[in-house]
Amino acid sequence: MNTATDYTSAEMMTVTAARALENGMTCFVGIGLPSEAANLARLTHAPEVVLIYESGTLQTKPDVLPLSIGDGELCESALTTVSVPEMFRYWLQGGKVSVGFLGTAQIDRYANLNTTLIGDYTAPKVRLPGGGGAPEIATNAGEVFITLKHSPRAFVRDVDFITTLGFGRDGKGRDGVPNIGKGPTRVITDLCVMKPDPVDRELTVVSLHPGVSREQVQEATGWDIRFAPELAATPEPSDHELAVLRELKARTERAHSGQ
Amino acid sequence: MAEILSLSDAVKRYVEDGATVAMEGFTHLIPFAAGHEVIRQRKRDLTLIRMTPDLVYDQLIGAGCVKKVIFSWGGNPGVGSLHRLRDAVEKGWPHQIEILEHSHAAMACAFEAGAAGLPLAVLRGYVGSELPNVNEQIKFIECPFTGERLAAVPSVRPDVSIVHAQKADRAGNVLVEGIIGVQKEAVLAAKHAIVTVEEIVDDLGAHPNACVIPGWAIDAIAVAEKGSLPSYAHGYYPRDNRFYKEWDAIARDRDAFTRWIDDNIIQTGGHA
Repeated sequence: MNTATDYTSAEMMTVTAARALENGMTCFVGIGLPSEAANLARLTHAPEVVLIYESGTLQTKPDVLPLSIGDGELCESALTTVSVPEMFRYWLQGGKVSVGFLGTAQIDRYANLNTTLIGDYTAPKVRLPGGGGAPEIATNAGEVFITLKHSPRAFVRDVDFITTLGFGRDGKGRDGVPNIGKGPTRVITDLCVMKPDPVDRELTVVSLHPGVSREQVQEATGWDIRFAPELAATPEPSDHELAVLRELKARTERAHSGQ
Repeated sequence: MAEILSLSDAVKRYVEDGATVAMEGFTHLIPFAAGHEVIRQRKRDLTLIRMTPDLVYDQLIGAGCVKKVIFSWGGNPGVGSLHRLRDAVEKGWPHQIEILEHSHAAMACAFEAGAAGLPLAVLRGYVGSELPNVNEQIKFIECPFTGERLAAVPSVRPDVSIVHAQKADRAGNVLVEGIIGVQKEAVLAAKHAIVTVEEIVDDLGAHPNACVIPGWAIDAIAVAEKGSLPSYAHGYYPRDNRFYKEWDAIARDRDAFTRWIDDNIIQTGGHA
């Protein structure tokens, strides 16, 4: 199989996001794209990565991807299942989570996340689901990875509402705050990988996916996006990663349509 | 002491118009049968508390039972929006509702504080979030020992909590297994608690550390077989993921929704 052309941009995103996770990490996993990436990591290069979902399932190894954050599969394949207050208090707030893996509807240049609404709070244009676990995952986990599809609607200069802290409206939202994690350390999209600038925290493209141009990233971003001086090329997915991902998704599809 | 009642009688006795009601179950064991009974009895002006409103509150909101919702994540898990919740918030149908939103961590702590009989929950939360700007119940306090700034929210103390569980014994002791969410906290935090169960058995067969809620901490037990469908009951039946996907189309349209409620809840007279 020729891996150079035979994969989609969505697969490129998932594989790149998966590679961010390593053995030895304890990952608090958001539903959707983060969950897909986290399980791909577990099924390929990081079999020892510990996955935790907010439904209370600790060290879970689902055979198929969950549709909801509390699917039975997560509980049945977990080391143990604790109550939701215990999950948030002991395991997350207690400092046992090294990385939180989140998706979002909107993200801005300081990696603040909006999952609350588009428009004005009292008269929303679009009402989104809300915060869920994210506000405390983003501040109590050691660091945060974010993955979402790149589009000008999603990547805005300033989010309409900060549901979940990245680095605040001015990039200094974490400065001087005690007992807080490092915050977003990388953002993985279907076009590129971004990291916050070490000084002013503005998201900066550090790696472009194969075949993606700077112009494409700029067009899909709602502010003048910066590129790192030494811009890397994201390595392509391997045959093995693609095969495992496709089988995982096919297995999931079969399981969810069979019910 | 738990009394074994019909679901209809339990709802009639404990859920009053204007009450504050928590129907809990974190994706798992969602008390749908009880929610449908509340719709059938046309309860009004309820303040509903639930971390994840899910389809059950979408149905209650669209059916006009609700004045206010307190929640932390209001979507259709893995599918998208709760269209009845959105229609009420964005367009005021069937009437305007109030919302008060939190994060999961804060609500979980608030249920726990309610169970512990405390007026407030304290957490390291909401740092840098703008939720405190739109929810005046989120405050910050200073730790008297370290000076750290911490978030505080009022505890959850519902008039009635309703949860679903796998089984009860004849004395009304309840066993909850699998993803246990905040069910135990919801029961202990409330003035009155109704627990619906799949079945009543002679012996719970629970191991020493199982999540068992004593019958003397519960007001009413009602048998509701398949009472959490389309959610699931660990060990009994799986989540009906297909229905969660189908709900998107039903709930998108006011007429389709009203027909669905009429056909599947009102007309069934308690045997949905």
